[in-house]
Amino acid sequence: MDKNILAKIREDFPILGTEVNGYSLVYLDNAATTLKPKYVIDRLSKHYLYETSNIHRGVHFLSQQATTYFEEVRDKVKSYLHGDSTWETIFTKGTTGAINFVAQSFGSIFNSGDEVIISQMEHHSNIVPWQMLRDRKNIVLKVAQMDERGILDLEHLESLITEKTKLVSITYLSNALGTINPVDKIVKIAHSKNIPVLIDAAQAIAHITIDVKKLDIDFIAFSAHKMFGPTGVGVLYAKKQLLEKMPPIEGGGDMIASVRFDKTIYNTIPYCFEAGTPDIAGVIALGVAIDYINSIGLKNIEEYEHKLLQYATQKLSEIKNLRVVGTSPNKSSVISFVLDGIHPHDVGSLLDSKGIAVRTGHHCAQPVMEFFKIPATTRASISFYNTKEDIDRLADGILYVQSIFE
Amino acid sequence: MNQNELYQQVILSHNKSPKNFGKPATFTHWAEGFNPLCGDHYFIYLTIEDDVIKNVFFEGEGCAISKASASLMTESLKNKTISDVESIIKKFHDYMTLSQGNLKDLGKISVLSGVKDYPARIKCATISWHTMKQAIETPVSE
Ligand SMILES: Cc1ncc(COP(=O)(O)O)c(C=O)c1O
Repeated sequence: MDKNILAKIREDFPILGTEVNGYSLVYLDNAATTLKPKYVIDRLSKHYLYETSNIHRGVHFLSQQATTYFEEVRDKVKSYLHGDSTWETIFTKGTTGAINFVAQSFGSIFNSGDEVIISQMEHHSNIVPWQMLRDRKNIVLKVAQMDERGILDLEHLESLITEKTKLVSITYLSNALGTINPVDKIVKIAHSKNIPVLIDAAQAIAHITIDVKKLDIDFIAFSAHKMFGPTGVGVLYAKKQLLEKMPPIEGGGDMIASVRFDKTIYNTIPYCFEAGTPDIAGVIALGVAIDYINSIGLKNIEEYEHKLLQYATQKLSEIKNLRVVGTSPNKSSVISFVLDGIHPHDVGSLLDSKGIAVRTGHHCAQPVMEFFKIPATTRASISFYNTKEDIDRLADGILYVQSIFE
Repeated sequence: MNQNELYQQVILSHNKSPKNFGKPATFTHWAEGFNPLCGDHYFIYLTIEDDVIKNVFFEGEGCAISKASASLMTESLKNKTISDVESIIKKFHDYMTLSQGNLKDLGKISVLSGVKDYPARIKCATISWHTMKQAIETPVSE
């Protein structure tokens, strides 16, 4: 990506002009949520200003129009993930909503003693729903280990599989470490024993080209807000063949074909899984976010971010008393680190005083912190609108923090 | 306020060399405070005699604000009666979490005043104080 393109892209994000504590904003908290380009925001306001209407079953113009725009996004999701009619798009509230839905619906057909395998580097949203299922249905939750670089131990994962294993649920890209997991290998291992795989793509979705067909992913979950779209919207993209075995979890309007007091007939897939009025504007704006990413090109984004992450890793490794947490050679967009003798909370506050937004804490991955025996890390996470200058500001900021604590 | 004022010299030095730090050989009351959100984790150990805090120690790990706050607290509450301590804790708590009153008459503790302007950091300043309150109410069992 050359300088001019980058400058133009940055103009799409008005928030980048914000001043924080007298400094221009350096936004390095993209793993928490990405910024929104003006096109996404404009689309939300266009819907509410000129297109407001509820979807489905409406015979009037506005309702049909909103329904068309809403339904088109299922196809945009399909193209973005390189799927075909084998899969279906289900709109949820986010990654968390999607994983919980799988745990509740797919999980409802598990029996006592059945097993779910996750990994040590999961976000809490890919841990807690399975623990809740464990408490409800007496299933067994198994955890595949990682090594001290933050690389998943595939042999261990494979050794956990038994004839009772019903699902393998793993993150594509760790939000705490930046590790990219070998989804192709994970799926091969699981499928060789006929076990379906759920991929948490909350982080991967904005950074890595995902081909569900080539990878043969059964369930994949992501959030719109981590890919330049609005909050409150997410997707579960899943194989129809599996969805057909799964009961609806929420009942209400839109998910039914007919309701009588003695018997209700559910609507077809995907509508039977989308009870109630969804975030219509949010879904339509997710479509615009997908278009926006496509207009830049995910391949270009991957290439640029890879170089920027390398630059950041190099730059930070030159700083004394700094240790990067998560050193897999296969990483994307995230650099987590600790400074000797300085708590991440203090690092975050002092960087903020220089206008630099990073995240500090356990990043909703407490088992990761426990594994590395640290209470928290400071995490810088990049996106394609970040620049080398942002990384330089971060590095200078860290030196400043160290000078305060000298 | 500028962050440099948040990290004043007094706070930095209490962070570096906290007062009353460690686990005493004997104590009559104690409590543990943990904030899973940031990992701040402290223990307070008290020796209470005749309703007076004769000795107070703390131990644990956390950010500079939490450690300095704990250190300053132990200094200021030693040799005070339980009822005085409870009113100081209330004053500190009301100031930090309800923006009521001020810390002016609490001596050195007033260097923590600025923390109130950083909502994300208030819990750092208050964790040891909550733990202190709990410790007063928790005699060592047996
Ligand atoms: C890897 C991963 N999974 C799941 C989530 C949860 O996403 P959401 O809060 O949008 O549901 C996140 C968000 O931080 C994440 O990073």
